[in-house]
Amino acid sequence: MISVNNLHKEFKNTDGSVTKVLSGITYEVAKGEKIVIVGPSGSGKSTFLRCLNLLERPTSGKIYFDEEEITNPKININKVRQRMGMVFQNFNLFNNLTVMDNIILAPVKLKIMSEKEAREKATELLKRVNLLDKADVYPVSLSGGQKQRIAIVRSLCMNPEMMLFDEPTSALDPEMVGEVLDVMKQLAEDGMTMVVVTHEMGFAREVATKVLFMDEGKILEENTPKEFFENPKSQRLKDFLSKVL
Amino acid sequence: MTLSERFIAAFITGDRWKQYLAGLGITLEVAIFAGILGIIIGTVVALMKLSTTEDGKPTILNYIATVYVDIIRGTPSVLQLLIMWFIIMASSNNGILVASLSFGINSGAYVSEIVRGGILAVDKGQMEAGRSLGLSKAATMRYIILPQAIKNVIPPLGNEFITLIKETAIVGYVSLADLTRVANQVASRTYDAFMPLIGAAVVYFVIIKLLTILLGKLERRMRKSDKR
Repeated sequence: MISVNNLHKEFKNTDGSVTKVLSGITYEVAKGEKIVIVGPSGSGKSTFLRCLNLLERPTSGKIYFDEEEITNPKININKVRQRMGMVFQNFNLFNNLTVMDNIILAPVKLKIMSEKEAREKATELLKRVNLLDKADVYPVSLSGGQKQRIAIVRSLCMNPEMMLFDEPTSALDPEMVGEVLDVMKQLAEDGMTMVVVTHEMGFAREVATKVLFMDEGKILEENTPKEFFENPKSQRLKDFLSKVL
Repeated sequence: MTLSERFIAAFITGDRWKQYLAGLGITLEVAIFAGILGIIIGTVVALMKLSTTEDGKPTILNYIATVYVDIIRGTPSVLQLLIMWFIIMASSNNGILVASLSFGINSGAYVSEIVRGGILAVDKGQMEAGRSLGLSKAATMRYIILPQAIKNVIPPLGNEFITLIKETAIVGYVSLADLTRVANQVASRTYDAFMPLIGAAVVYFVIIKLLTILLGKLERRMRKSDKR
């Protein structure tokens, strides 16, 4: 579904020096897989995820989405992003719009659905996350967990073929983590292709088809959740797991 | 002369109050046209200044906008008005048009910085969220960023418009009889500066006070989506 070939990303600092964030990532995600990426902060996992829908432009390397090279500057990236949902750590709900308008804005303005269809779809999705009563409020009056569930619904309303999650529970109060993970688990059960950057090891163990360990801009280890957590091979991963588990 | 005689000489004799009213009309006409023009120019220039290519490099529009803002901010507005009147639009004797254009172009430079600040103050996650849904940069700007930026810019924009109203007091230079000019004319005719000048000052003050109250109301209404 998405394949990444020798991806590099460097940031230029203001003093002219260069920080290497990704140093040669090659990976392939098949349809229906749930890839969970873990690793210490600064390991490049968020940058990697943001490269997948080109919110960050890779310095070099190629990314293919359904055989189409999306790193080619000539392709219409907006069309690609319509098929690839993204959920952010800070929710990023549109503050000037009600929950309903947040959800239907993109499908209606991009003429993917009529407003009526979009509203119906949004209503159905809101019911699924138990937030239908919040349809007409502004994001400011929602809790973090509610915001993130709405953000997931907003992405889903576009009928994406895959979903990217960038630390979706890291900005939440502990008691709200569960409600968001539940929605994600449900989504996984429905067969959605997912790439998730997270610190929730329980989620990785339970939902992932593959867990990746990233450090210093590289994928150091990749395995099924069982092997990953029970038989870590590299010393770096052993150290990491001993700190987080 | 008693105070009331001076008042009558300044405002009543020969229906002079009508001149002040006409002068106020011209002041407001120029200020409103220039204000609207300033907001249009300012928004366009702000977007030009913020325009980048997909990989974040500045565009040619960027440089044009910077040059415009530099020139306007670097020269006195009286000079700009005179240049417009005697050089650029020398063939026109429509003072209102020339003054509105001149002040509009002037105000646009300041408004552009206000709008640019207002846009930059919107969390950059809002743009990322819009783009991640497949909306273009322009569409995200229009539906998400600008509506939020407007809330940020209402107070400084109100401030700019207030400055603009008062700055139009120099349109006498292009033979427009605005409120200030009328007051000055009456003062030289009656040999009494006190009443006309203080009177004009009071009128400016009242207009601006009313405007301040209106702006406050508008600001509160626009903050609707911030309320819990």
